[in-house]
Amino acid sequence: MTDSGIPMREGMWARTRARIDPATLAAFGCILVLLFAGSLYSQSFLSPAYLLQQLKVASFLGIIATGMMIVILLGQIDLSVPWAIAVGGMMSASASAWGPAGPWIAIPFGIACGLAIGFVNGVGVAYLRIPSMIVTLAVNAVAQGLMVVHTGGFSPQDSASPAMRFIATGDVFFGLPNALIVWAIIGIGATLLLNRTTFGRAVYAIGNRERATYLSGVDPQRVTLIAFMISGGLSAFAGVLLAGYASKAAQAMGDPYLLPAIAAVVLGGASILGGRGNYLGTVAGVILVTLLQSILSVMQIPEAGRQIAYGLVIIVMLLFYGRGAAIRG
Amino acid sequence: MREWRFWLNENRSTLIAFAIFIAMFTIYVTNHPAGFTANVVNTAANKGVLLALVAMAQTMVVITAGIDLSVGMVFVLCNCVASQLVAGDALHTALGVLAVLLVGAACGAVNGALVIFGRLQPIVATIATGAIYFGIALWINPQPGGADNFNSDFADLFTGKLPGGIPASLVTLAAVALVVWVPFSRSAIGRTAYAVGSSELSAYMSGAPVTAAKFLVYTLAGLLAGIGGLFLTFLTQSGEASAANGGTYTLYSIAAVVLGGVSLFGGSGSAIGAIFGALAFRAIGDLLFVFDIEPLWQPLFQGLVLLASVSIGATRLIGVRNRLDLFG
Repeated sequence: MTDSGIPMREGMWARTRARIDPATLAAFGCILVLLFAGSLYSQSFLSPAYLLQQLKVASFLGIIATGMMIVILLGQIDLSVPWAIAVGGMMSASASAWGPAGPWIAIPFGIACGLAIGFVNGVGVAYLRIPSMIVTLAVNAVAQGLMVVHTGGFSPQDSASPAMRFIATGDVFFGLPNALIVWAIIGIGATLLLNRTTFGRAVYAIGNRERATYLSGVDPQRVTLIAFMISGGLSAFAGVLLAGYASKAAQAMGDPYLLPAIAAVVLGGASILGGRGNYLGTVAGVILVTLLQSILSVMQIPEAGRQIAYGLVIIVMLLFYGRGAAIRG
Repeated sequence: MREWRFWLNENRSTLIAFAIFIAMFTIYVTNHPAGFTANVVNTAANKGVLLALVAMAQTMVVITAGIDLSVGMVFVLCNCVASQLVAGDALHTALGVLAVLLVGAACGAVNGALVIFGRLQPIVATIATGAIYFGIALWINPQPGGADNFNSDFADLFTGKLPGGIPASLVTLAAVALVVWVPFSRSAIGRTAYAVGSSELSAYMSGAPVTAAKFLVYTLAGLLAGIGGLFLTFLTQSGEASAANGGTYTLYSIAAVVLGGVSLFGGSGSAIGAIFGALAFRAIGDLLFVFDIEPLWQPLFQGLVLLASVSIGATRLIGVRNRLDLFG
């Protein structure tokens, strides 16, 4: 790009332009279109308070989608997200009630349970070579079973620790919600992990061709195991925060997050087949899904219409920029 | 001599599914307080057939290496449509049944069109269409219920017992398999569906009717899920737009398909295997009932059985001589 004929500035611009994924741009464009459409309905869609509130709500989905994205980049999928979230929320709430040390270990304990779920997923996918769709489905069922036994099938009575509530609902810096700051930290961490470490390069490589990655001296099984553990841990952490947000955990608290997380990652331009996608796109996808849900509910459309509109908008956006290549020799 | 060995090899996964089902069902029946009576079998058959129909639908798509995450929602939508339309006199009932089947097939056709002409990934396209189908179901039946003059005599024909104690539901299932699956799997288009699952590019280069096969597969999946929804209406005599129900049936259909020996990577397995996978999955769930385990432990037990049964697939690792073969 930067041969002598082209001035330096233009070369940099071309490089920057080449690095920005068109799908990410399209996703951010869709956010603007959504906001514009919303503002025609009500000016309050453009108010900073509303936007900040949306970003706060988006943080939970964003943390979940971070883990989902890493797994999707591998060319796998994690369907155990719903009960990994519930396990995180319930176990951390239970742990806060364990004596004086309880509140201190609540958050780490919740995340550790999620890591354990991810570990079982990872062993099944990486070492037992069972399709991830079915392993994570089974692990989801087991996690649900464990929680039903643990709670007796009711909403657990333990409430979230003060620290959990603080992270999920408070704000420290300039009115920025803490949950948003946590998502930002996790997001920066994920970006660095994916772009600046050998682990990250291995994730993309496995998503493109696992065989070749193995032959290049990477241990794909270990990378896959770690990726699933990250996904389980982040889902559980989101569950911890959600429990803090509602001040207690609930059965099926994770169910509304599985499909939006997958939708967010795919709308952000990542290929569901693995190997392609960047974190900025996922951020755009998360905001897009959250805004869409919020605008549909503010417009007071009945649930039936909301579901239809939600599905239609996702299909239209995918047709717009998420199409695969045609098979033609 | 050689002939039957080829046949055995080809149908191995179906036979394993059949064996698992027989084992589970034998344990179930021998421990059931009422024993092997027509009523016990009929109740088990009614529950099993529901999942078997949805699992057949899932099989269609999985054979082409796709996946249909909207089957449960098509099932729920057709349940709601049927609860409103299968009503009145014979003519209206017949038209209602026809309408339900058309709705199911249309849902499948939309999925197919999006995957083929829209070139979207099946997994995300069907997540989105599933939301739409559920929305329509909710619009038809905001509250659980159905038409006041629901034709329950007609419904009872399909859920009761035939003379001799044979469950009518099993006969219905066999009829659906004979009318839909057998002709499909023996046709050129059916063979193309398997070829697409093995390698879409090769199928295309060989001049096989790839587009027609994929479109037919998704449409038939919608139709079968629709028949499942119709059958649910016969059983419950009402329609409910339940997101939980739709999600559960979608996930269980995948589990049943895997238990039935259909490869999620496409290209192998049969709907007959998936039927036995579904029946076995239901029998496993019912085991707890006869062993008098606390209901609280039921989800955990079911999950562990599911995890164990999918781990059976890992036994193929024993035969792997070269580590490179692990990484397809």
